Amino acid sequence: MQPDWPQEVHRELAAAGVRVVGYVPDAGHKRLIELCHGDRTMRAVPLTTEEEGIGLVAGAWLGGEKSVLLMQSSGVGNLVNVLGMVKVCRFPLVIVVTMRGEQGEFNPWQVPMGENTARVLETMSVAVRQAGDAQTVAGHVHAALGLAYETQGAQAVLIAQRVIGIKSFQEQRNQ
Amino acid sequence: MTLRRRAVVTELLRERGELLVVAGLGSTSWDITAAGDSPLSFPTWGAMGQAAMIGLGLALAQPARRVLVITGDGEMLMGLGSLATIGVQQPKNLTVVVIDNERYGETGMQRTHTAHGVDLAAVAAACRINNTLTVSADLGPVREMAYRTPGPNFAAIKVSDEKLPLVLPPKDGVLLKARFRRALLGDSADVLPEER
Repeated sequence: MQPDWPQEVHRELAAAGVRVVGYVPDAGHKRLIELCHGDRTMRAVPLTTEEEGIGLVAGAWLGGEKSVLLMQSSGVGNLVNVLGMVKVCRFPLVIVVTMRGEQGEFNPWQVPMGENTARVLETMSVAVRQAGDAQTVAGHVHAALGLAYETQGAQAVLIAQRVIGIKSFQEQRNQ
Repeated sequence: MTLRRRAVVTELLRERGELLVVAGLGSTSWDITAAGDSPLSFPTWGAMGQAAMIGLGLALAQPARRVLVITGDGEMLMGLGSLATIGVQQPKNLTVVVIDNERYGETGMQRTHTAHGVDLAAVAAACRINNTLTVSADLGPVREMAYRTPGPNFAAIKVSDEKLPLVLPPKDGVLLKARFRRALLGDSADVLPEER
């Protein structure tokens, strides 16, 4: 049986005391976003673009609160310049990324960022953890939260497209 | 008589008390420093377009404190979406003030979109920012907004396009972060929330 990774990740966020969850929606994050909105200890903040999340995270930490960002791989491309602030100020950062442009992708326009998501993050000094199957997602998020907040580092967990399991545009629409 | 930016920012920050301040990349970071550097100010040297979002994160984390973002028109134009995000969150303790000289002051005084009639206060109002103002003389209503009026609030203050001497805050991002957190959170800034 497949583990319920959105529920497990939500449990990790709650256990770590995450109070602010910034996101740009992705079909792969649908359930986790709903769980965060439903959690009264968290403020789920929809963003118009992923880079807003970096400002949100920085401000929340200046104010003493932990946060995470949820986005899809294409959105990582929108972060590049503002990740400079994360590096220079050593803001703790945890990004949970659902991958597109991998196995089963139906949209060729998702492929260029999908193929380069890890490289873009690493180029801007964000450590990348690859969650290749559903069993490992929560563990990677746990490790990322620990490292980010214990060592003031930037961490991203990439959840492989095969974990999300979207095969067609129609299936995504019907999700 | 046209308002001058340094006098405007000095007036906004006069007797600032517990106010938490974020400044946008460029001239507004120099302006808040000219008004008197403080550990409870976070001047940015980069991340253009994110000043209002840093203010939102801070306002959500510190609901009992007033948060004032002071930024420029160019910086605000780069992050217009953040006004929509703030409008959805409705933080009562957040005010965004744009010091609008209608120019990119750090790059050769090129005209910004506001010089061509783009109305930032109207954008903010359309994004469900509760109280919005455009001011070109009396700063009293902006001070009232920043220190008392339940937000979210937004003011555009039209100022002259003068080029002024640089008054630079510390550049080290870790220092700016750490001194802000210590001034705000005390000794507990140095431990994780669950260890406090």
